[in-house]
Amino acid sequence: MEALLAITIGVLVATSVYLMLARNVLRFIFGLVLISNAANLIIFVSGRLTAGAPPLIPEGADGPVGDVANALPQALVLTAIVIGFGLFAFALVLMFRAYTTLGTLYSDDMRIAEPRTEDTT
Amino acid sequence: MNDTATATQPKGNGLVGLIPVGIALLLFGWFLSLAPAVAEGQSLRLVWDWVPSLGIAMSFLLDGLSLTFALLISGIGALVLLYSNTYLAGHPQFARFALFLTSFMLAMLGLVLADNLIGLFVFWELTTITSYLLIGFGHDTAKGRRSALQALFVTGAGALALLAGFILLGFSMGSFELSEILAQADALKAHEMYLPILILILAGTFTKSAQFPFHFWLPNAMAAPTPVSAFLHSATMVKAGVYLMARMHPGMAGTDVWFWTLTIAGAFTAVFASILALRQTDLKQALAYTTLMALGTLTLFLGQTSGYAMTAFATFLVVHSLYKASLFLVVGCIDHSTGTREADVLGGLGRVMPVTAFAAGLAALSMAGFPPFLGFIGKELKYAGILAIGSEPFLFAAALLLANALMFAIAGIVALRPFWQRTGIALPRKPHEAPWTMLAGPVILAILGALFGVYPDLLQTSLVDPTVKSLLGSIEDSKELKLWAGVNMPLIMSIATVALGITLYLAHKRLRPALGRLVDASPQFDKGWDKFLLGLKRFAAWQTRIIQPGILRRYIFATFATVLVAIGGTMIARQAMPTLPDLSDVTFQNIALVVLISAGAILTALTSSRIAAMAALGVVGIGVAMIFIVFSAPDVAITQLLVETLVVVLVAVALLRLPVLDENGRDHRPLDAILAGAIGLSVTLVLLAVLETPLDLRLTEYFEVTSWPEAFGRNIVNVILVDFRALDTFGEIAVVVIAALSAYALLRTTHPRKDP
Repeated sequence: MEALLAITIGVLVATSVYLMLARNVLRFIFGLVLISNAANLIIFVSGRLTAGAPPLIPEGADGPVGDVANALPQALVLTAIVIGFGLFAFALVLMFRAYTTLGTLYSDDMRIAEPRTEDTT
Repeated sequence: MNDTATATQPKGNGLVGLIPVGIALLLFGWFLSLAPAVAEGQSLRLVWDWVPSLGIAMSFLLDGLSLTFALLISGIGALVLLYSNTYLAGHPQFARFALFLTSFMLAMLGLVLADNLIGLFVFWELTTITSYLLIGFGHDTAKGRRSALQALFVTGAGALALLAGFILLGFSMGSFELSEILAQADALKAHEMYLPILILILAGTFTKSAQFPFHFWLPNAMAAPTPVSAFLHSATMVKAGVYLMARMHPGMAGTDVWFWTLTIAGAFTAVFASILALRQTDLKQALAYTTLMALGTLTLFLGQTSGYAMTAFATFLVVHSLYKASLFLVVGCIDHSTGTREADVLGGLGRVMPVTAFAAGLAALSMAGFPPFLGFIGKELKYAGILAIGSEPFLFAAALLLANALMFAIAGIVALRPFWQRTGIALPRKPHEAPWTMLAGPVILAILGALFGVYPDLLQTSLVDPTVKSLLGSIEDSKELKLWAGVNMPLIMSIATVALGITLYLAHKRLRPALGRLVDASPQFDKGWDKFLLGLKRFAAWQTRIIQPGILRRYIFATFATVLVAIGGTMIARQAMPTLPDLSDVTFQNIALVVLISAGAILTALTSSRIAAMAALGVVGIGVAMIFIVFSAPDVAITQLLVETLVVVLVAVALLRLPVLDENGRDHRPLDAILAGAIGLSVTLVLLAVLETPLDLRLTEYFEVTSWPEAFGRNIVNVILVDFRALDTFGEIAVVVIAALSAYALLRTTHPRKDP
């Protein structure tokens, strides 16, 4: 199953890279969301998959009973999801602000800092 | 010129002007006191650890060669500093000037005394920088700035090559101490790196000593105040390259490459420069070109290994420094007194400036090579040395004869005509004799030239013999300095030189137009320099346009392409390709999930509908959450669901105010698709390779066994987040708060746009 997910992650990364290379920064943001998901899945899969055994300690025991899922990547992914959301929210607002100020969603046309003056090409 | 003070009210510069003179005199005295010990064949060494971990020490070595240079530097330095105290009297930036010149002198002393390659390089660069500052002392003129920058670029580029050569040399020979490297000369000459080392070091010395084709910066450097020209650009700094070649001579000379490179470059520079010198009407420019000639001659002799050549080198080194510094200072006196340096305007100064005329006459006679001056001995030795050359001695002798005859003519132009010819042209200023502080330098130096000529033994035992010993290892090869060596080939050549020199002097005005045409027809290095700089700027602009087009997509493309090369390249280089994965444990449910996620992702990428993209994003998010549920991560799944919901909501809100996705036409990018596919593939391969390696579970096990006993939590993931790694979680919260605050700030200032 890890192998199948590795392929899926490849698809996610490919689509997100394609989106991030787009002219329209809204597509870039879509790519950002997808690549965050891909990254989270990579961490998760690297810790190996265990079906149906959450890392919990039953009442009365000092540790988990039997083979349970790897808790460490889960903790890392939890943090990553929240931070990824923070990044997404900020990027979305930034793009929105850029649109209201510059009147375009196309990154090629956002040239306040480097106006096309001597650009002969 | 740069002097703003009028000579009628010569003011001193107080202590600022006198302290440097004192420093230079003290140093000169100190070196002089060491001279007897060095003359007896001793060499003094002084070592401080500098960067011991890299084997770099601040070590100094005083032998005959260093001592000759050190005495010239400190002695001429003292006179020049005294001279400039009056020359630039009252100049508002005199303190700066004195600081630059003194720093230069100390750096130059460090250069000729250093025994460590790295130490030598540091001093080498210090002279480059101080020279830049001094040439650019008149920084309010465009010419001054250009000349300074040109000198800095040319010598600085050479210095980089030199540094590379030094490092190569140090690693090849296993030591950065010159004395240790030169002790194993045969090993160095046989080393496979000998040629690269030689080329790199010569690149440094040829630029510093202005050998053809790097000669063009030196005449331009005459933009500096005259004392600077006298000191840096004739007597000392430009000789740093010559010094280094002499220093490396015991270790590197004797090979065919060394011989031909130095001999040809030196001979060509000497002839080429003296022809150009004859063309100049500005006295200082004429002297600048004869300096090139002298540097060429010194290089020519360093190409050889015979005793005559080395004696000629050591003698001519001293001769040239004495008369050339003297003549530069004389030209400075003339300029200071009359306000011009034009050879065709100046005349009849002999009556008004008798002392200057006296010094100029002595120096010029030495330069022209008349007996009984030291210049004569130097010239005889040069001819003897050139005839001792192994191959083509007559060709090189003819070149040297021509150069010497031209020098003879220029000595006349610079030192005789301004004082004795009648021009009848009014001078810009009424001339007057220079004050004693400005006369001390030229007079002392010129008299020394005569004194050493009459008593050559003085120079022989104190400087020439020890220098030859530094170069050849033994004192026996040093030839005797004498005024009368009988009727021999050098004497005949001397007579020919005088005859040709007089002819050239008398004909030089008629020759000038022809020379001008010749020079105009030949390649113009100075103009070539401008073209080179222009080309460099254009190239920089061009590559900036390519690399930094200001287009975000290209930057992202370059970033991802780099990632691809880094990951893919590493995998191929390490041969870390994973084996074919085992897919036997896959259930239908899993396949359904994976297909859902992939389809959502592909739809997001390809659709041009905003609603479809948003929905597809949601599908991917929910799919990922379901994977977390299936594989035992309920907490992660809950968070993921919550976040995905928020993402969709926020995107939806934003879309209300945003235009459609493809208002500028279809989004169809095959090249991007190839790159994206390649990156996706490489990520999959890396992940598969990672999954093949064994998993280190020590941390997980630690959390499992300590979660309840120590932190009293039964949900291990939660315990990690809020207890073991609580600080991380705190940081995470901070990140979200900062993002929220920034987003709020951005939204709050939203207003209808005012500027396009």
